[in-house]
Amino acid sequence: MNLALHLLRQVANAIGLLLAVLVLNFCLIHAAPGDPAMVIAGEMGGASADVMAALRVKYGLDKSLIEQLITYIGKVATGDFGYSYYFNEPVLGLIVQRIPATLYLVLSALAISVLIGTLLGVISARKPNGLFSQSVTVLSLAGYAAPVFWTGLMLLLLFGSVWPILPVTGMTDVARPTTGFAHLLDVLQHLVLPATTLALVYIAQYSRLARVNMIDALTADYVRTARAKGLPEIIVIGKHALRNTLIPIVTVAGLQFGHLFAGAVLVETVFSWPGMGRLVFDSILRRDYPTLLAVLFFSAVLVMAANILTDLVYRLVDPRIRSGAR
Amino acid sequence: MSSTWSLRSQSLKTSFLRCAFSLALAASVVVPGVRAASAADGGTLVIASTQVPRHFNGAVQSGVATALPSTQIFASPLRYDENWNPKPYLAKSWEVAPDGLSVTLHLVDNAVFHDGKPVTSEDVAFSIMTIKKNHPFQSMLAPVEKVDTPDKLTAIIRLKHPHPALLLAMSPALMPILPKHVYDDGQDIKSHPANLKPVGSGPYRLTEYKQGEFYTLEKFDKFFIPGRPKLDKIVVKLVSDSKAAMVSLERGDVNALPFISNVRDIARLEKMPNVVVTDKGYAGVGPINWLAFNTKKKPLDDVRVRQAIAYAANREFIVGKLMGGKPKVATSPIAPGSPLDEPGVEMYKLDLAKSQKLLDEAGYTKKPDGSRMTLTIDYIPGDEEQQRNVAEYLRSQLKQVGINLEVRAAPDFPTWAQRISNYDFDLTMDVVFNWGDPVIGVNRTYLTSNIHKGVIWSNTQQYSNPKVDELLKAAAEETSPEKRKALYSEFQKIVVSDVPIYYVNATPYRNVFSKGLSGLPTTIWGMMSPLDELYWETPPKT
Repeated sequence: MNLALHLLRQVANAIGLLLAVLVLNFCLIHAAPGDPAMVIAGEMGGASADVMAALRVKYGLDKSLIEQLITYIGKVATGDFGYSYYFNEPVLGLIVQRIPATLYLVLSALAISVLIGTLLGVISARKPNGLFSQSVTVLSLAGYAAPVFWTGLMLLLLFGSVWPILPVTGMTDVARPTTGFAHLLDVLQHLVLPATTLALVYIAQYSRLARVNMIDALTADYVRTARAKGLPEIIVIGKHALRNTLIPIVTVAGLQFGHLFAGAVLVETVFSWPGMGRLVFDSILRRDYPTLLAVLFFSAVLVMAANILTDLVYRLVDPRIRSGAR
Repeated sequence: MSSTWSLRSQSLKTSFLRCAFSLALAASVVVPGVRAASAADGGTLVIASTQVPRHFNGAVQSGVATALPSTQIFASPLRYDENWNPKPYLAKSWEVAPDGLSVTLHLVDNAVFHDGKPVTSEDVAFSIMTIKKNHPFQSMLAPVEKVDTPDKLTAIIRLKHPHPALLLAMSPALMPILPKHVYDDGQDIKSHPANLKPVGSGPYRLTEYKQGEFYTLEKFDKFFIPGRPKLDKIVVKLVSDSKAAMVSLERGDVNALPFISNVRDIARLEKMPNVVVTDKGYAGVGPINWLAFNTKKKPLDDVRVRQAIAYAANREFIVGKLMGGKPKVATSPIAPGSPLDEPGVEMYKLDLAKSQKLLDEAGYTKKPDGSRMTLTIDYIPGDEEQQRNVAEYLRSQLKQVGINLEVRAAPDFPTWAQRISNYDFDLTMDVVFNWGDPVIGVNRTYLTSNIHKGVIWSNTQQYSNPKVDELLKAAAEETSPEKRKALYSEFQKIVVSDVPIYYVNATPYRNVFSKGLSGLPTTIWGMMSPLDELYWETPPKT
């Protein structure tokens, strides 16, 4: 099938899906009890009935839900995501400020888990019943099973308190702002714990996936041929066997992008990481509808983009798909 | 085909190496958490707070998140010491007229805003009228009719009737003096752009705000009090998790934590060697943790049932055991620590026999299964220790007198607020602040005129007692401090015997600082007042 046409179809599907995401999220958040006026009154330590009524009028909450939804979608279509009820700033600006932090976190976690998971899986596959393989299985499953915020808190205590070598809150050292390379180092230092926390959850999946596929690959004919040719083991594994092992890993990595976003909400909260995850969490509690809807919308855009990209990479890696063979 | 693949695997390898290298680098470069400050250098203070401000203008926004920065950025007519005494601030002196109908402020002549323009009586008049119109605490300045400005340094506040609460209302947290020349431009003050780029006359200027991450306050060189502030810079780091904030304090990345109230956290912080924990600084806030009754709903409309619950609840156990003895007990509508707190009220000491007797008298006799009634109890989500644990404990405690309590959890604050403000509850745990003077933060809970459906922290108990309304009105206008105290004492005795609310404890708020700091904010407003006397006596070690 023509790649461009395929891509076009993917994008069209994504747009339809995004519209559904918008409507669904809109209905969900409005179904939650209480509203922004209630939250604002709460923060104020109480407010008069007039103040609350005025707030509802100001935010258009006095209109019917259908009216609000139509108005909202109409505005989004023109790229207007509205003002945050909480910060009184355009939502887009808030999100643009937060996207990088979340991407740093999610992409680092993805890279760490794919690399370490694959490496562990590949090494385990060589002696599937050996001690190393068994230990990897047990440890990575523990990482997978433990709640992410608990893992985060444990790492926080371990490396922040017991063995205080890493910062545990925020993205930079706010007391001593830095620039250039020093700034990069500062951010990296702050990134280690949150990214590791998020990665620990996923290492198990990649190591198991890599192990199973590697075991299959190592018994395949083409590997036997490669060995018979007298190629060194590192080439046999690294070039021939690994390639087929990587195909499912690429697929899963792409699909997991969305999961990672969900995990990021908790990790960002534990480590006060200034990303979109924290903004989602806080916006729900604040009933800050415009901010919440926009963050979820852009998260959906990123996840869909990741899926389309995965599909593309998959086609490049696996020639059978490209040729349309099944 | 294979060439593209080898390229790909190559780039995979390099990215792996790059990643491993960065991680190794990050783990190996460990910057010490604190920096040295020389005597000549005022140094930096890093505060970690979970309170994210909507903006920095305390004239139109109440609450602790805005008060902390707002009181650094803006000065106010008065400030207060530890013993509730008003002290000069922007006003070097003030007089209350003998008839109580006006208060005259004499301003200092050397105060300037951060943009260099002088602070005049015009700014004071503008700010007072702005606060009256926009601040959520409507009762605070309600009697103010106008502010006269006979000259640049004199402001006369004219009142409809005497209003003793005005003096506390002139505190930094409640009356920031705004620059008229910035705000008086016809824009809506609640969403004015200057709220995020504020210009005040306080000890610190806001120099940077990174949304949701941190804000930086730097020393204002032309602050009108000579030799102050002593610090060069205050950075407030916005954190989402108090455990992480504590670890940061332990590491020395952070030097102060305000609003810590979890008793386990407090106990842990008290054991840290480099940390000072103080309970001073919240008398003005006066936060009371309490159990509220829906007094209009059967069977709780019968005062005997409410009293029976009070006699069974066992405040001593809740505070002493559940909360490790850290909080002060609260026994009346006015918070412990306020000079108006009346100790001579009914204490409702644990008395199960009396409780049972009251329930029998009210006609709620025991059924064969030993129960008398089933009620629900709500609580504010998010504070397990002060709220949920008490609700859970009361469930087992009240079973002893035949009351089955069902604990209803709410997923978040708005859900709880929706239920309570619409009277969809029997009992609920709640926490409400006094805000200094009863007129500001106490009256709202008890006045019949403040029963507003759908408004949280109005009189959601729907408690109505004409005598109480009368006493509160009289006390609000009483200029003799002795008579005023007597009126509030009577009010407290009546409310406590009517039990629309069973008072449990003052929220055990603590401020926590790194050792080596001097001039800690121990006044009644604590961290919600200017930190201009705070400095590093012993600079932190590197």
